[in-house]
Order: sequence, then C-alpha cells, then structure tokens
Amino acid sequence: MARQPEGPPPPPTVQKLRIRYAKRGRLRFASHRDLARALERALRRAGVPMAFSAGFSPHPKISYIGAAPTGAASEAEYLEIGLAERRDPEAVRAALDAALPEDVAVVECVEAAEGTGSLADRIDTSVWRVELPGVSAAELRPAVEAFLASEVVTVAKRTKNGLKDIDARVAVAAASAEEGAGCAILHVVVRQGTPAVRPDDVLAALAAVADLRPPSPPRAVREAQGRLDDTGTVADPLGPDRAARTPVPGEHAPV
Amino acid sequence: MTAELTTATGESLYPRLEPLLAQVQKPIQYVGGELNAQVKPWEAAAVHWALMYPDAYEVGLPNQGLMILYEVLNERPDALAERTYAVWPDLAGLMRAHGVPQFTVDGHRAVRDFDVLGVSFATELGYTNLLEALDLAGVPILARDRDETSPVVVAGGHAAFNPEPVADFVDCAVLGDGEQAVGDITDVVKAWKAQGRPGGREELLARLARVDGVYVPRFYAVSYGPDGTISAVTRTRDDVPARIGKRTVMDLDEWPYPKTPLVPLAESVHERMSVEIFRGCTRGCRFCQAGMITRPVRERTITGIGSMVEQGLRATGYEEVGLLSLSSADHSEIGQVAKELADRYEGTNTGLSLPSTRVDAFNVTLANELSRNGRRSGLTFAPEGGSERIRRVINKTVSKEDLVRTVTTAYANGWTQVKLYFMCGLPTETDEDVLEIAELAVEVIRAGREASGRKDIRCTVSIGGFVPKPHTPFQWAAQASAETIDHRLRTLRQAINADRRIGRSIGLRYHDGKPGVIEGLLSRGDRRVGRVIERVWREGGKFDGWSEHFSYDRWTAAAAEELAAFGVDLDWFTTRERTEHEILPWDHLDSGLDKEWLWDDWQEALSEEEVADCRWTPCYDCGVCPTMGTEIQIGPTGRSLLPLTVVGR
Repeated sequence: MARQPEGPPPPPTVQKLRIRYAKRGRLRFASHRDLARALERALRRAGVPMAFSAGFSPHPKISYIGAAPTGAASEAEYLEIGLAERRDPEAVRAALDAALPEDVAVVECVEAAEGTGSLADRIDTSVWRVELPGVSAAELRPAVEAFLASEVVTVAKRTKNGLKDIDARVAVAAASAEEGAGCAILHVVVRQGTPAVRPDDVLAALAAVADLRPPSPPRAVREAQGRLDDTGTVADPLGPDRAARTPVPGEHAPV
Repeated sequence: MTAELTTATGESLYPRLEPLLAQVQKPIQYVGGELNAQVKPWEAAAVHWALMYPDAYEVGLPNQGLMILYEVLNERPDALAERTYAVWPDLAGLMRAHGVPQFTVDGHRAVRDFDVLGVSFATELGYTNLLEALDLAGVPILARDRDETSPVVVAGGHAAFNPEPVADFVDCAVLGDGEQAVGDITDVVKAWKAQGRPGGREELLARLARVDGVYVPRFYAVSYGPDGTISAVTRTRDDVPARIGKRTVMDLDEWPYPKTPLVPLAESVHERMSVEIFRGCTRGCRFCQAGMITRPVRERTITGIGSMVEQGLRATGYEEVGLLSLSSADHSEIGQVAKELADRYEGTNTGLSLPSTRVDAFNVTLANELSRNGRRSGLTFAPEGGSERIRRVINKTVSKEDLVRTVTTAYANGWTQVKLYFMCGLPTETDEDVLEIAELAVEVIRAGREASGRKDIRCTVSIGGFVPKPHTPFQWAAQASAETIDHRLRTLRQAINADRRIGRSIGLRYHDGKPGVIEGLLSRGDRRVGRVIERVWREGGKFDGWSEHFSYDRWTAAAAEELAAFGVDLDWFTTRERTEHEILPWDHLDSGLDKEWLWDDWQEALSEEEVADCRWTPCYDCGVCPTMGTEIQIGPTGRSLLPLTVVGR
C-alpha cells in the first residue's frame, strides 16, 4: 500500500476557473514548460488560493489545454485551475495578469459552469496568422492555391524519433493569403490531431508544392482556438461558461 | 575608431537577433525579461557594467554572486549593470554569420559598448568561454591589444585567487567579496571618464591597481628559473602594491542581497531561491578552497535571514528556499532558524532546504524541520573521505559508526533517498581508502532497511575527483593522475556490485578523471598556461564543463606543444608535488592565510593530525584575522522570528 503523509488531506477544490491567456513579443520563444513554471509562480505571487493534489509531492491543480509551439506567439491559450477557496474570477484575472511577465497577458477568466462539459472537449481547431517577411501576397497567393488544390502534401516533420513523413494537407480546413505591412500574411485554420500539423509544417508544404521559401523566419500567432462547426466558424471555448452565468454587479472583490 | 565610438550607444541588437532565435535550441535563454530583471536607460548611467557568468544560461542565471552584484550596481544611480552568458555553439555560429556580437540578455546591448566586463569564475573550466565571448563581442582576446574603446575585463569569483593562467586575457582580478569592490571600481572609472580619459587605458588600469583588492597582472613581471619554477614576481610600477589583499564584507545584515532574486522562465539548475546564512568557514577541511579563502565566518542574524526569506518569497513566488553557506548546519542559531521559519510557513507548501551537510544526527532533525511544509526530496551528506584515516588527513573527522548511525536515522525518519558525497584522489590515498566507500554504503543500506522496515530505500554515492587548489594546505600536493582515479573508481564499482541484493539499492555517480586533470592545470597554473588556453579555444574548445564539449585530447595536445618551449608539461603542473619554498604563482595574492601555517597544516595532514574549529576552540593562527583586520562574527543573538502577519501566500 502506498504510504500517505501524516496530517489531514489537502482542502478540496471548491471552484474551477478557466483562463485564456496570450503569449506575445519575446515570450513567443518560451516553451510550454517555461510558461507552466512561470504561471505556477505567478499564481503564488498573486496569492491565488490554489487547491493541491494529495501525497508527498503536492502539486497545484492546473490543467493545460494544448500549447502553442516554442517560437509561436498566441492570443488564445487555455488552462483550468482548481481553487481551495472561492474567488471572483475577474479579480483573479487581474491579480494573475499583474504577477506575470509583461509579454504574458491574462485575457479572460471565467468560472467553469456545471454541466457544460470539459474545456478540452471544446477545442479541436487552431486559427493561425503567419507573417512572412520578404514575401509578397502575390507570391504567397498561388502557393496557397496550389496547396489547397492538392489532396495530400507530404512533408518531413522532426519528431523525438527523427524525421517522419506526415500529410500537412488533411488537417487544414481553410487557408488564404493577404498583403500585410511589408510582408505577406498567411491565414490558416488547422484541425488539431495526431500527428499535429503546425504552421511550420504548412510552410514546409508551401515549399513542397510551390517552392515558396521565405528569406527570413516567419512569425506565427495563434489567434483563436475552439470547435470548428460545419459553417467553418471556430466557436469561443469559454462561451458556454460565460452564457451560464449572469454577473452580479459590484461583486469584484480583491483576491 | 570613430565607428566604434559612435556604436557605443547601448542600442538594442534584438531586432537583428530575433530572426536567429527561431533557429536555435531553447531560445528563451537569450530573450531576458526575467522577473526582477532591470533595464536602465543607457544615458542615465556614467558607468556601464556587463556581468558575465561564463557558462550556459541555465547554470549562470542562479549564480548568487552575479545576482548580488547586479543589484548592488543597479541600485547606484550612476551605474547600470546587465547580464551576459555563454552562448551555445548553434547561436554562436549564426551570430558570426550575421555579424551579431555578444549581447546582454537585459537590454540586448553589445558587450563591447560597456565600460567594464565583469566575469565571475566559480570554476576554471569557464576560461575558454571567456575567450569565446570576448571574440564574439569583438573585443581583442589579449588584454595588451585593447584600447580605450574596449571594456575593462575584470575577473572575480573563487578562481580569481589565482588568475595567472588568464593573466593575458583579463585586465584585472578582484580578490574576495565583490559587494564593495564593484563600487570602488565604478568610482574610479567614472572619475577617469569625467576627466576625459587622461593617460588612456594604461592610466585607468594603474588607478584600478590602487583599489583595495584589485590585481592588475600587467604591472607584475614573472621570471622563471632553470628548473621551470618561478624565480620572482616583481612590480613594474612602484605605485601599485607589492601584495594584493582580498576584500571582506564584514556585516552581512548590511548587505541583504539579492533582495529581489531573478526568476527565469527557462529551466535552470536551481529551481529555488537562496538566502546566504553565513559566509566563510573555519572547519578547516584541508581540500576546501572556499573554506580557506572566505574566512572568517560572518553570520547573518536570524532576523536578517527571516526578512530575506520573506522578501525573497514575495518577490519570486518560489516554493523552495535554500539556506546557503559552506556548512549551513553550523550557523549558531540554525535550530531556531529552522523551527521558526517552518512555523512561519506552516500550511503554505513552502519548502526549506540545506545544501549538503556534515554527517551529524542533528542534521537529520534539522532536515525534518525544514521539510515540514514542502516537498521532501533527498538528503545529502558529505563525508568526503572513504576511510577514517583519510578523513583525518583531510580534517573532516567522523567515525564509521557515527556515519552509519546518522544515515540510518534519516531512513528511520522517512527519508528514502540519501546521497553521500566523496572525493577520490586525495593526498596519501590508497585503493583501500576508496574501497571502504563500498563497505560503508553496504552497511548503510543494511542498517537502513532494518531501521526503516523498508526495502525501497536508496543510497547514491557521488564521487568527485580531487583537484588541489591554491591557498589551501593541499596546494603543494601531487594531484592523482587520471589513470589512478579511473582505476580506483572501477575497483569501487566492482566492490559495490559484488552483492546484487544490496548493490541494487546503491547508485554510483562519478566522472572519469580526465576533466579533473585539466582543472588541475588551470587551478595551479601560472602565466605560461595562458598559451594552452588560447590554443585550445582556437581549436574549438569551449563549454569545458560539459562532457559532450570537453576534449581531453585537445587539451593534452595543446599543453604538450605550448609548454614544451618552457621546459615544463602537464604533469609538471598537476602530478608534481611542490617543495616548501617554491614560489607559487599566487604567492603575491593575499587570502590572509599565513603560508607557514598552510605548510604546517599540510605536514599535519600527512601525519594524520586533526585541527579543531576556531569558532569553539582557541585560534590556531591561520593568519586571516590579524592580516585582514577582521574577526569572527557569530551569534547567538538571542532574537527570534515573530509569525508573519500575512501568511497564506
């Protein structure tokens, strides 16, 4: 039988909060592990009354849903935290935002509404915006068209076990080109799955079908995540929680 | 020339660096912006310091010394300090290809734009990384090739107590505590700049050479005798001191740094904050350079410790605080510190820890107390020597019975992982001394299983090769060869694995003896060794502290070729025992220790005689206090820690 630490078990989770945050600027170079560490420390500095797991190595209750790759920025990352005492979600948002580095912003915090299902089940798609310095929209557009016209575009993806061929086309629900300020912008909607297709893989596919090779590294931003419906719209994953609850005026107490 | 002067604007290189970061491993280490990092406006400061830790970011960021100086300097309105670390070869290659120079991670400013480049050497294996950084920075690697447009390169840290091997590459070395010395250096540089840089770089260095604790190698000439030993070290100017004494900060409570420790986003080697609870050590372990050069003992008071822990936790959000020093259980009020801190942080998931401790049952009690509120990791004890005999030689006496009893107590108290730290290659050591480590480990597991009633307890035996260091009684000793170390470790491994039923509970961690030999060359080397360092770097050597980058063959080949002209070789610097009156390369650098006392202590080591700690027994005349005008500062203070009014964070 596993041994248990002496003393009472840690207090249970009494409230679940769902958080959307953004990583921007220099912190696009942060990995998921880097961000997770920063978030845990910020929760402590912000005095958020976290619930902890039991056992000899208690961990704060945090679930991360997906994670943008190292090098990509994001406006829509999600996590869920368990609290041992109830708090006003907006006050938690503000306190956590203040405790995090400038380039990590806590965009929204809502209480998980009972009976609306898990957050992870509401996310299956990413909306990406990729800036391509040194590339014009006139160059990008035909490449995107050639890509969309293909049934399968095989690219080599670097994995833990070396290079592996994957199809970058099947996961892409939509793609388009736009002229930006001094660069072309690629908009791409990608279904999440295994193997994961990331912006790098889509760019490798554009190189494969149309020999499009940007002269300097592209900059990707995940603009949204959510469930892709039949109309091609990506639904806000916090929508059901927000809808289930009407805010009480004057409730915003400090953490 | 004009081009160089116009670039010294502290302009950010980030826009040029950013495209390169997308192509390298762990880019987060280069972007800065850590919690509690600072970027001051360039123009506001009269003196600009770049502080370098010459190893990878993950190793360098947690370094306390650098963090302290970073804060101390940035608190001055007329100074600005930023940090820089060794750049991994993947980024270094891209930087060379794209003309991006060595930068600071705070403002991404070019290192060559700064007035002073301070480099902290905790280990000599960082020397090649200094050359690489200078070259990447566009600063001439040889001090004599630099002019006023180059930063003054200042070495500090424990290795700076013998900076002779890097004398060609650094402009100065600071001996001892840096807190006050960096202020004095700032004053000198500021005045010289304000006066319009009179006399150029030579005059600036001459002024720095008159600052207490600052050594400027170029003003000292070294000559050698026919047998290869040093015949004399002489001043080349009469306005610089003949001997350079170390700096000592006397009241630690007046220097509560770091107040706001840096918290990286990237993973680092220490995921905790540290509070230095005392500086210096008089236990007198004869192998320990740190314990010799940092005397006397200066304690931080219990209330000083309490407020640093409180402020640091608030500023960082860390879950663990390390109570740092050379032998933390020796603080005069450690029992009370442990208990009262644990009381304060009851129920907050805040762990407190001590670094490795002496083997003492009291330390298990302490560890129990400290880990009350946090995660219980392993316990580390450092008997250092395998046999009682060798422990008398190194002056770290503990009987075998006490050792087994202490470790058993730890298992009985619910600790399942105990690490024991030993050294191999100590003076007078035989195979039998090392084999006793196996006997000890086996007995520890046997007794531990019995006392705890558990089969899953583990003991990790961690072994480091001994490297004789300057300013210690072992500075005269012959270093054991790599072959000797490797042979003894092989024999030890076989002995531990002889009985698999016990052996499977014992882990053995060690490195081969080769890096230790090179560390030995760099530790006790003189100026002639600089040629070897430069050669190794030119042939691609860097990150010598990392086994995947370290090349023993490159070092031995470079040593053979570069030292031949002087009639000496690698063995001459490492496995050769020195005689009593040989002039050692660091004799003109004064740690306060009396050379005669060191020699006597060396002789006592050879006859296996112990010496007691001067905190509790009469002074044994090591020389430090009278030479430096210092004294032991210990408690008890009789004060106590009140509960915090606001806990629960």
